[in-house]
Amino acid sequence: MDMAANTTIAGKQDTGASVHARRVVSYVVLILISFLCLFWFYVLFINATRSNSELSLGFSAVPSTHFVENWTNLKNGTLPILNGLINSLVIAFLTAGLATYFSAMTAYAIHAYDFKGKKFMFTFILMIMMIPTQVTVLGFLQLIGKMGLDNNPTALIVPAIASPAVFFYMKQYMDSTLPLSLVEAARIDGSGEFRTFNQIVVPLMKPAIAVQAIFSFVNSWNNYFTPALVLHDDTKKTLPILIAQLRSADWLKFDMGQVYMMIAFSIFPVIIVYLILSKHIVGGVTLGGVKG
Amino acid sequence: MNKKSKVVSYNKWGYIFLIPFTVIFLIFQLVPLATTIYNSFFENYRSGLTQIGPNFVGLQNYGTIITNGDLPTYFYNTMVMWLMGFIPQILLSLLLGAWFTDPSLRLKCQTFFKTVIYLPNLIMASAFAMLFFTLFSDSGPINSMLMQIGVFKEAYQFMSHVWTVRTLVATMNCLMWFGNTTILLMAGMLGIDPSLFEAAQVDGATSTQIFYKITLPLLRPILIFVMITSLIGGLQMFDVPQILTNGTGDPMRSSMTLIMYLNKHLFSKNYGLAGALSVFLFVITGILSLIVFKFTNSDKVK
Amino acid sequence: MKKRIVSLLVLATMTATMFAGCGGSDSATTEAPADSAATETADAEVAAELPADTGKVLNIQCWNDEFQSRLKSHYPGYEEVDATHGKIGDVEVVWTITPSTDNAYQNNLDEALLAQESAAADDKVDLFLVEADYALKYVDTDYAMALSDLGITDADLADQYKYTQSIVTDSNGKLKGSSWQACSAGLIYNREAAKEVLGTDDPDEVQAAVADWGKYNETAAKVAEAGYTMCSAYDTFRVYSNNVSGKWVQDNKVVIDKNIDKWIDDSKELVDAKAEDTDDLWGDDWAKGKNPEGKVFCYFGPAWFFNFCLNADDPASIAGQGGWGYCVGPQSYYWGGTWICAATGTDNANLVKDIILKMTTDKGILKDIAQQDADCVNSKTVLAELAADDSGNLDLLGGQNPYKQLAEGAEKVDLSNISAYDQGCNEELQKAIKNYFQGNATKEEALDMFKKAVVEKYPELTAE
Repeated sequence: MDMAANTTIAGKQDTGASVHARRVVSYVVLILISFLCLFWFYVLFINATRSNSELSLGFSAVPSTHFVENWTNLKNGTLPILNGLINSLVIAFLTAGLATYFSAMTAYAIHAYDFKGKKFMFTFILMIMMIPTQVTVLGFLQLIGKMGLDNNPTALIVPAIASPAVFFYMKQYMDSTLPLSLVEAARIDGSGEFRTFNQIVVPLMKPAIAVQAIFSFVNSWNNYFTPALVLHDDTKKTLPILIAQLRSADWLKFDMGQVYMMIAFSIFPVIIVYLILSKHIVGGVTLGGVKG
Repeated sequence: MNKKSKVVSYNKWGYIFLIPFTVIFLIFQLVPLATTIYNSFFENYRSGLTQIGPNFVGLQNYGTIITNGDLPTYFYNTMVMWLMGFIPQILLSLLLGAWFTDPSLRLKCQTFFKTVIYLPNLIMASAFAMLFFTLFSDSGPINSMLMQIGVFKEAYQFMSHVWTVRTLVATMNCLMWFGNTTILLMAGMLGIDPSLFEAAQVDGATSTQIFYKITLPLLRPILIFVMITSLIGGLQMFDVPQILTNGTGDPMRSSMTLIMYLNKHLFSKNYGLAGALSVFLFVITGILSLIVFKFTNSDKVK
Repeated sequence: MKKRIVSLLVLATMTATMFAGCGGSDSATTEAPADSAATETADAEVAAELPADTGKVLNIQCWNDEFQSRLKSHYPGYEEVDATHGKIGDVEVVWTITPSTDNAYQNNLDEALLAQESAAADDKVDLFLVEADYALKYVDTDYAMALSDLGITDADLADQYKYTQSIVTDSNGKLKGSSWQACSAGLIYNREAAKEVLGTDDPDEVQAAVADWGKYNETAAKVAEAGYTMCSAYDTFRVYSNNVSGKWVQDNKVVIDKNIDKWIDDSKELVDAKAEDTDDLWGDDWAKGKNPEGKVFCYFGPAWFFNFCLNADDPASIAGQGGWGYCVGPQSYYWGGTWICAATGTDNANLVKDIILKMTTDKGILKDIAQQDADCVNSKTVLAELAADDSGNLDLLGGQNPYKQLAEGAEKVDLSNISAYDQGCNEELQKAIKNYFQGNATKEEALDMFKKAVVEKYPELTAE
């Protein structure tokens, strides 16, 4: 979208040779910054392919041959990383699903209906959007303890139904793209309210849902604070908790190759998925930016 | 919306569709908030395997937190590390945003650069911090690289100096967020009416002048939005310093953030103090969110 | 000893179905001498009191895979399924491994034990391991079973070192745990470095060069001159902290002992002179000394350190080339050791009992452990045997036999100054004082930081 905007104006001639110099400067800076963004991951990749004794010899720019070996060692080690991956995936998928669907529903309630307290509700949700989860986590832990949900991933998934930030995005999106006449038309066709929401509104919201699903997924995938306090069993832990445990190093018997492999394991899948979806993700941020 | 009677009959669905959100919010956020506050008035911790309390102690927990004087220190740490990350982040974002949207530059490979700068935002903060910890350890790759090219004679202890630890935390935060901010600001910049730029160019304004006189003032609302959301995010700073310093916030807790401190009490199951601490944090963020709310409402920009 | 075998016999027949085909009972019976008689009936009764095992799952709580690998290699009938699961006969063994750093293991174990009563049968903790630093916290509660309630008698344990028992004896005098290790420790030095710095790698002569702290510090200065690092200041911590004159916590108040103070001052001097570094134990930087390029003169450690920490499998490491030597060092001390406790409420009492007996009192198994894993085992007889001939020679020590020193050290260990707060206090002190070592704080500031951290961790204590 921005490309389009650029080309329309860029038709006119630039003034002076300074443009050329500025262009060079911006390329240099951009390349430098890109380097800064990618450099760490490059080192990570290299180090994940090297054995512990190679690593102790210092840095090298060329990958070595121990990638598979590090992976096998890690996989057969005591850290249940495959479990961690599955846990992270399941929790993140369900969280993303619940958060987007129910936020769309909440936004629809505010958007499409006129009822007493609507304005208050909207204001209220906006206000709680800013309250960090950390300040209520103490009561949250006690509550799930009483509900028997301690050490249970459900306690991390269900609360996603109330996601003020996702709601806010959905509401903004509806304001700009969901004409109420459509809803009226559906009513005239005799569609029930719930059916209208599911079969007309949700499909129309697809772009917003996709974007927020990705963000909710990433948030949940990266979340460390709450899961670390809720999940205790090794087999139930998510990847960030397992990563944090690396800091207590007698874990991998001082094999740095495995440590790098473990970090790589939790970073590279995200990068690959991101590269596939990057258009939607970057575009989605912009979408939210214009309205948010 | 003309036939009012009909609309009213549908409007009960507004309430129905609000049920899931409201129920879940009440159970998982409001009740915990209330019990957190309730807890702050009690002495409640575990000594070994023996539970002490809960015994009502009034405001004693608040007193402890105020008198030991740690809270301002950790607030200061949090703010310092936030600012150290935020200032370069916003400057960089403005610069890149201006370049990307500057029609006269016609930068190529924009998609590539945008993809790259946004990438760190998606990285698990804990994994990123762990990565930095290993990279910057005394015998880690950064040290060995710097020694190979002769910058240092012996390994520099990145983790033992107040400002290097803070800088590392700030760098990570900046790297993780500047891409996001750039894209937000770009959206704002593209939203500015192009005729304004054209008029300025006709009047002979340079790009620098255009940037300062037109772009920046018009971006003010979105800049404020970015700043305040970033500030609230900054107040919650936890994963990165926690994992980088293994929860110690060393040297001398100079990189201990408010949430790390809260986490310490939660971890040793000292619910009374943790509760009082949460209330303090709640008040601080509450004030800030009121400010945000004011801005988002009054400026009509959103 | 005989009693043990008898009770094993009884156990073997009693739980024949359970252990069918698992070899464990066989090896015990074949080992039994014919003349076991006297106390047979008494023991049989005790053993018979244990309810038959009903548990399908044996839950073990621990903080690393050390015990797991011992069980895997030495407990008859243990089959490994994967890194956190195993099988003994029909019983599934589930390992819950939580690292001990920052009290994480204890917190996790607390939760598990507090939930023990309400937990489903398959989730109940059956065995848990503890370290000396906090053993009392668990031993002095009803969550740990008295060994006598399992039918394990004093005679079964007679060959163990006294200190290993006093650590896990509760305030009523009941023994609540048992260990296969006697962790007297010493100084493990790099032979190459010793030759270069001291002109010799002979254990006695090296010992003479580090016989007390004065000499140790002199040697450290020479070591630094030769381009080596003596070790990390944290390596020597336990040597000092084991020889304190009082407990960490007295009348709910944290007390800094004068020997701890001495450690701080001595170490600061050495760190400033670059003779010691401040690497955290177990970290990557600290571990570099296991390779020759790491340029580290020595580590302080007990026998388990040989195998667990020195990477003997790696031919490039010093251990792989047999390049370490062992001597007692400036003061005798112990380090760590793992105690096995039975959790009250276990539904596999017989199996638990058998594991404790086999792994911590069976001389055959203990000797295997000593020889395969270079552990200093908790049996006076076995250590004496190992010290007496070449069977105790260790490749990674260049063929040196450390067992005589280890056995003598184990007799000397004194644990009268241990408290339930030791792990938290040791850990927080080391963290806080790092700021002083690295010049980020004065000693007073660092100690204040320590006191603050301890009170945060243990709200019931005071520090001023």
